[in-house]
Amino acid sequence: MTDPWTHLAVGILLPPFFGALVAALFPDRRRNGAWLAAVVSSGLTFAASLGGLAYAVIEGPVRYHLGGWQPPMGIELVMDPLAAFFCAVVTGMTFFVFIHGRSVVERETPHKAVPFYSAALLLLGGLLGIVLTGDLFNLYVFLEISSLAGYALVAIGDRRAPVSAFRYLILGTIGASFYLLGVAFLFMETGSLNMNDVAEVVPVMGESPATLAGLVLIVLGIGLKMALFPMHGWLSDAYTYATSTATAIIAPIGTKVAAYVLIRTCFHMFDPEFVRAEIPLADILGYLGAAGIVWGSIMAIAQNDLKRMLAFSSVSQVGYIALGVGLASPYGLIGAVLHTLNHAVMKACLFLVNTNLHQRLGHTRIDRLDRTTRIRMPWTMAAFTVAAISMIGLPPTAGFFSKWYLVLGSWEQANYVFLGVIVISSLLNVVYFFRVLEKVYLRSDGEAYDDASEREDAGVRREEVRASMLFPTLFLGASLLVLGLANAYIVIHVIRPMIPAGL
Amino acid sequence: MPIAETYSSSIPFWALVVSLLATPFILWSSRRPNLREFWTLLAAVIKFALVLTLLPGVREGRVAEFVLLEIAEGIELSLRADAFGVFFAVIASGLWILTSFYSIGYMRGHHEKKQTRYFASFAVSLSATIGIAFSGNLLTFIIFYEMLTLATYPLVVHSENREAIRAGRQYLAYALTAGLLLVAGAGWIYQMTGTLDFTPGGVLEEGMLSASGMRVLFFMLLIGVAVKGGIMPLHSWLPAAMVAPTPVSALLHAVAVVKSGVFGVVRMVGFVFGPEVMGAYGLSTILAVFAGITIVLASLIALRQNNLKRRLAYSTVAHLSYIALGAALLNADGFTGGILHISTHATMKITLFFCAGAIIVHLHRENVTDLDGAGRAMPWTFTAFAIGAMGLTGLPPINGFLSKWFLCMGSLDAGAWAVLGVLLLSGLLNAAYLFPVVYRGFFCFSNQFEGKGEASPFMVVPLTITAVLSIVFCLFPNVLFGLFDLASAVADSVLGTH
Repeated sequence: MTDPWTHLAVGILLPPFFGALVAALFPDRRRNGAWLAAVVSSGLTFAASLGGLAYAVIEGPVRYHLGGWQPPMGIELVMDPLAAFFCAVVTGMTFFVFIHGRSVVERETPHKAVPFYSAALLLLGGLLGIVLTGDLFNLYVFLEISSLAGYALVAIGDRRAPVSAFRYLILGTIGASFYLLGVAFLFMETGSLNMNDVAEVVPVMGESPATLAGLVLIVLGIGLKMALFPMHGWLSDAYTYATSTATAIIAPIGTKVAAYVLIRTCFHMFDPEFVRAEIPLADILGYLGAAGIVWGSIMAIAQNDLKRMLAFSSVSQVGYIALGVGLASPYGLIGAVLHTLNHAVMKACLFLVNTNLHQRLGHTRIDRLDRTTRIRMPWTMAAFTVAAISMIGLPPTAGFFSKWYLVLGSWEQANYVFLGVIVISSLLNVVYFFRVLEKVYLRSDGEAYDDASEREDAGVRREEVRASMLFPTLFLGASLLVLGLANAYIVIHVIRPMIPAGL
Repeated sequence: MPIAETYSSSIPFWALVVSLLATPFILWSSRRPNLREFWTLLAAVIKFALVLTLLPGVREGRVAEFVLLEIAEGIELSLRADAFGVFFAVIASGLWILTSFYSIGYMRGHHEKKQTRYFASFAVSLSATIGIAFSGNLLTFIIFYEMLTLATYPLVVHSENREAIRAGRQYLAYALTAGLLLVAGAGWIYQMTGTLDFTPGGVLEEGMLSASGMRVLFFMLLIGVAVKGGIMPLHSWLPAAMVAPTPVSALLHAVAVVKSGVFGVVRMVGFVFGPEVMGAYGLSTILAVFAGITIVLASLIALRQNNLKRRLAYSTVAHLSYIALGAALLNADGFTGGILHISTHATMKITLFFCAGAIIVHLHRENVTDLDGAGRAMPWTFTAFAIGAMGLTGLPPINGFLSKWFLCMGSLDAGAWAVLGVLLLSGLLNAAYLFPVVYRGFFCFSNQFEGKGEASPFMVVPLTITAVLSIVFCLFPNVLFGLFDLASAVADSVLGTH
């Protein structure tokens, strides 16, 4: 008799797929039903993920054989602390964005609401499948599900969206093909598609050029999905031209799941020593991450559109995760995993702020923001401020602590390049966030704030977005402070158990 | 090494958060200024009272400790009210009460806008300052250090004109870069020693790093704290930040923020590196050279400033380096003198800034050359200014004499004749840039201020009190709060002497 709680592994996976089906059944005039299906199913899977995380941390990893078929023939779901943690991050962010999204979708793309929610749930289900599966080919299937849903979501946007979606599709397909090719190589060498089997066979077989090629191809394909520099070209357009809610769903979680696959492949399926020593794959990942951090930040400074700025900032933040993975050490992994969570929350919060601004102002151009923005939407801008401080990485917000662990990891290996990059990128972050903060909090025409501006300000009415949009924004903003203060707890109780023995 | 007895107490925590808790009340009562200022004053008085309750314990050599939570793996957010922390906290929180009164007079008299933001930021800044004073380890210190940077930014850009925004950017660029260097340096130390606790006598030991490695580490941490402490060549944000309202210049840019910087320098010298490492690798010489150059150069630049607040700002830059210089001497008298200078410079410089602000609000004059005859209109203000000026020069019976005396003794002890020369030369320069103000005020005749009386009592009373305090602290250095004993206790704990 197996412990009934182990069914949580599949319990995480089912709600989004069922939800996607249910949502698609609603006719256009009852599109609120589709929204409800999205909220309920993402809420359920969020709850299941949290339960699964608690179970995996307390009781240890769960290996769940779908349909009772034994691997390597059957498909295995693996819910260990790492997987459950990523599930919780992904589902949590989606849940809050769904709550926030109803009136936004209603305003931006009212008659596409039903397919929108359905596709979004498919995306969520696909991503969760990638995280949970223990089978390399099954991962490819889920990768395609999530990618196809993602292309559809991106394409529901403004006039330029289909083109950027097409570009995303081409590059995404290339990435997936690389991945598939890599899996084929590994299958030929090891005779198994089960990750656990592969992990056991590879050390026995010894390295062979084919195994190496397989690993490199997988990392390359996933790197493309992750928007790892210099394979990030698709990201900025896709994020910019999609609808606000679509971006808010994809941006915080899409690249994170790719990062998860990277961690799985490099540290669980292969021996970390192998990844570090046999070929300098870890170093390459780390340095590409470092380059992405700097490049993304510089490009973010150059943008005039808030959404595009945030998109480039994502390129930079994904670089932190790659840098942590590239350190291939406990501190590096702690930094990378913690930053996944922190960045998901920060980015979700920032994109919700972006959506709120778009809702009220009708644009998100930075040069047209001024201090009336803050007077009209004080709470939204407060959330923005907290998220910006966290992005810069100032204590006691969450962003500081993931950087702290990365700094420790860099010192451990005496990698001064990484240290320098972390320091410089924080300063670049200061530039592009304070540029916005200056505009919305201060008088921007060079004159002193005087009686006239006070009268002007008094004439501006407060028009904060509705509570259903404001609450998720503020909740995410506030949780950045909580995550910052509670980071030691998360690291010790949740992330430490994830660290594979080889590190 | 004397191990201080520690006891668990939440008082340091409450002393820290009381002004943070007042912030929402300040924001909520933005339409009722009197109520809003009441919250500020209430928080200031409670904070000071809480800090004072820590004094008896510290004077008996006991340290109040409070661990809030584990803030990063293996590192706690810990508050330790040791002698040095309480010393700094007493000064910062005590002067906050006076500054709050003064702020009310200044902000209303000057018809400043955005007063709610001003008072709220001020309250947060004070929380951060007390946090810095009570930080038990380097990471806690960094957290409050960055908090202080963010909280003072709105005060620097207060007027929102081009000059203020530029000063704000400059301030952020300097302070945040410094903060990042601190973070990187802290990571290095944690990597080597596995601890970030401030320990009297230092946590680093000889041989942990190569000589050049130790110097790099020292520079990282020194730059981290020296930016706020205004040590040249990292000082230029400070004169620029004088665009802030004068009470900000008075409390934050003469006491809380800049003293947090030099407080940090002393913490690094005495509690992270320790005298042995400082001496063995020649780090103290490096510090002394930078501090000495700063003292002389800043005083020379101050001579050329016609704007009174900028002149005082350069004077602050010079005097902050006295403290660093005292720490660099690595002997009991030098340390005592340096630490004492934190308090003596605080009362004197705050007096001078209060005077400058009163002159701006009441006479609308900012330049030294426009002050002919002003002393006749505002005799109390100019008398207070004269007391402060004499104190900074180092004349008895004003407390500047006291700290300078110990600094000179320390330099003789260390056989550092150059340091002695710098201190004496700086005294002359101080006289050269401060006495002309007094001279013009009292002895240059002009009837431009005919019919103008004193400024509002909200301003005159605080500046009189601080001037009187400056004298009292010299004549009876232990009568109030036992500050002198605290300073020498810190020196003893660091140097391991009794």
